[in-house]
Amino acid sequence: MRLYSNLSIKQKQIVWAWAFLALPVLFYGIIRFYPTGTAFVISFQEWNLLGDRTWIGWDNYVELWNDPVFWKVFVNTFEYLLIGTPLSLVLSFIIAYHLDKLRFMHGFLRMLYFLPFMTSAVAMAWVWRWFYQDVPIGLFNNLLASVGIPQIAFLNSTTNALPAVLAPAVWAGLGFQVIIFMAGLRAIPQSYYEAAKIDGVGWWTVLTQITIPLLRPTIVFIVVFSSIGFLRIFDHVFNMTTNNPGGPLNSTKPLVLMIYDTAFNGFNMGYAAAQTVVLFLILLLVSLAQLWLLRSD
Amino acid sequence: MTRYLKGVALAGMTSAMALFSSAVSAVEIEYWQYFFDARVTAMEQLIENFETANPDITVKMTHFPYADYRTKVAAAIPAGEGPDVVQLFYGWLNDYVAAELIQPLPAETFPASQIDDDFFPMVQAMKDGDHYWALPTAVRSLALFYNERLLDEAGVEPPTNFNELMAAAKAMTKRDGAGNITQVGMTAGMTAQDHHWWREGLIRQFGGEPYLDDYQTVNYNTDAGLQALEFYASLFSGDDAVSAIGFMDEPQAAFKAGRAGFHIDGSFRIGSLDKTRGLKWGVTELPATAEGARSNYSSYWVNAITTKAEGEKYDAAVKFMEYVTSDEAMQIWLDVVGELPAKPSVGLTDANASNETYGPFIRGLAYANTTKFANESGQRQLMVEMVERMTLEGMSAADSLAIAAEAEQKILDDYYK
Repeated sequence: MRLYSNLSIKQKQIVWAWAFLALPVLFYGIIRFYPTGTAFVISFQEWNLLGDRTWIGWDNYVELWNDPVFWKVFVNTFEYLLIGTPLSLVLSFIIAYHLDKLRFMHGFLRMLYFLPFMTSAVAMAWVWRWFYQDVPIGLFNNLLASVGIPQIAFLNSTTNALPAVLAPAVWAGLGFQVIIFMAGLRAIPQSYYEAAKIDGVGWWTVLTQITIPLLRPTIVFIVVFSSIGFLRIFDHVFNMTTNNPGGPLNSTKPLVLMIYDTAFNGFNMGYAAAQTVVLFLILLLVSLAQLWLLRSD
Repeated sequence: MTRYLKGVALAGMTSAMALFSSAVSAVEIEYWQYFFDARVTAMEQLIENFETANPDITVKMTHFPYADYRTKVAAAIPAGEGPDVVQLFYGWLNDYVAAELIQPLPAETFPASQIDDDFFPMVQAMKDGDHYWALPTAVRSLALFYNERLLDEAGVEPPTNFNELMAAAKAMTKRDGAGNITQVGMTAGMTAQDHHWWREGLIRQFGGEPYLDDYQTVNYNTDAGLQALEFYASLFSGDDAVSAIGFMDEPQAAFKAGRAGFHIDGSFRIGSLDKTRGLKWGVTELPATAEGARSNYSSYWVNAITTKAEGEKYDAAVKFMEYVTSDEAMQIWLDVVGELPAKPSVGLTDANASNETYGPFIRGLAYANTTKFANESGQRQLMVEMVERMTLEGMSAADSLAIAAEAEQKILDDYYK
């Protein structure tokens, strides 16, 4: 007690801050950082979950480098990112921009856009999976067939499957991004717009010179957030292709699904951990690159 | 009043003593299996019967979703938690033995020579020298399910050979005006049981041997393998296809919905088909070749005593193992789950072998082979991709077969190295 009363105010504040922080720090240390560290160690070992772990150095990484499936999966992962992020960014901005101007049924429409975000990804993926089936059960193909257009192989195709899986993922994330964008739009002071009006500039100039530059922090947040989401895509892919996860012919398989498959179907924990480390590095690099590109001046 | 109180006190003491003494002598052992409704119900019945016969032993059953099962077992037993008796897939035995998760069954209670005589021969994969590591209650095999209504409508009979199968399937296939299939003569898809049918059924029927050296060497990149693959692909390719991959999402779903004439599946499907309203189905043996050659695939789950069981728990576990591999347990398992008894003496009784539903499966056991998988889902995936390369990328059967054989050999080499 004496020890405590001898401390300066500043030091006391630090003690209290750490006292309150202790729980989350412990939580993060034990639940997050310890397993993360272990994953790094396991990536240099061979382990089938049952037997002993044996140290094999860089073998897992060498195997990964020479694995054609890994490179296919690597490309897929970036396809999800490079199609998904810009598409959802543009769509959600357009929706938010117009929704912001709309008064009639504003709340109701906003709710409609937000609803898919609250829906379980698993349930949604299964519903879309059935939408995509061939006749006689698929909604889309039944519509096409009823007007005499040949069926489209949505999921059973090496080219169409990835966009087909991505579509509901983009749609589901839209609601959240719309809300964030609207909050960003509301935060822009009206005085800028009034000044622009007095100067008599057109809507395009207002959009590109005032709205978008002032939305920069919002855009950074959404880009980083949705990029991480698309790089980690799993539940949509897994549920829409459960019988043949990541298929057909690995054309929809993202890195996370490959990790899951290696670990819990192949029981090759070391190899899975090496893939996890690679995913970690990709996430780190992509996030850093985005923060750097979109940094404020 | 005092006498009454004394009486109550005495009664209370006696019952407390009774409770206490039973608590001392009772052994509780734990049993783990994965969750499948009928299996859990059957095991509950077995446990109840076992506890009645052995009042000093209680068995606590825990079950998990299949997806978590292996991970949980692996984590629990080394930590001294978890089951005393555990259920595992026959293909996992090597891993479990190597990791010292299970201990051999005592040879005095389970003499190997006796078991060799009593059980179907495929169970000998669980044998090591003069003792067995694990034993099944039930085994599974494949058979051909058919939709009676569709057969009647097309005026065809359940087939006995490939020619009849194809002819009947053709008669039951329906298309819409644009040529899209709206009803398949037969389901197809390597994701379901077809990869077993192809490996152990078709290849052998076309005169091949799918693996050599105790399933360590792939041997289907041969004429027989190619013929088997071409026959299988003829189901869903060409203008006169009788099937479509991915039709109605899953083969069993198409059959349940009454949109498929034939469907190859295991005996474990019987329960869920029975619950399907409005479906009139029957089952027959897998079709033979024109020359009458037959082959089937069988697999099984076994029970084993874990290394955690010691002392009186070990003795109780041995007793429990004896019961779950008894004739009585096998009959209960057949009646409740629909899985076939692991002993010919129970399975091949006249009543069971001529049973309309179980008969075809039980007769199939006589010519069944059991694949020893290194990584079942990985090896299945190669079969799925072998077909996809042909249907989606237009690769020839021979090339696709060669790629699959090479990839599977790599999985086997990695596992057995």
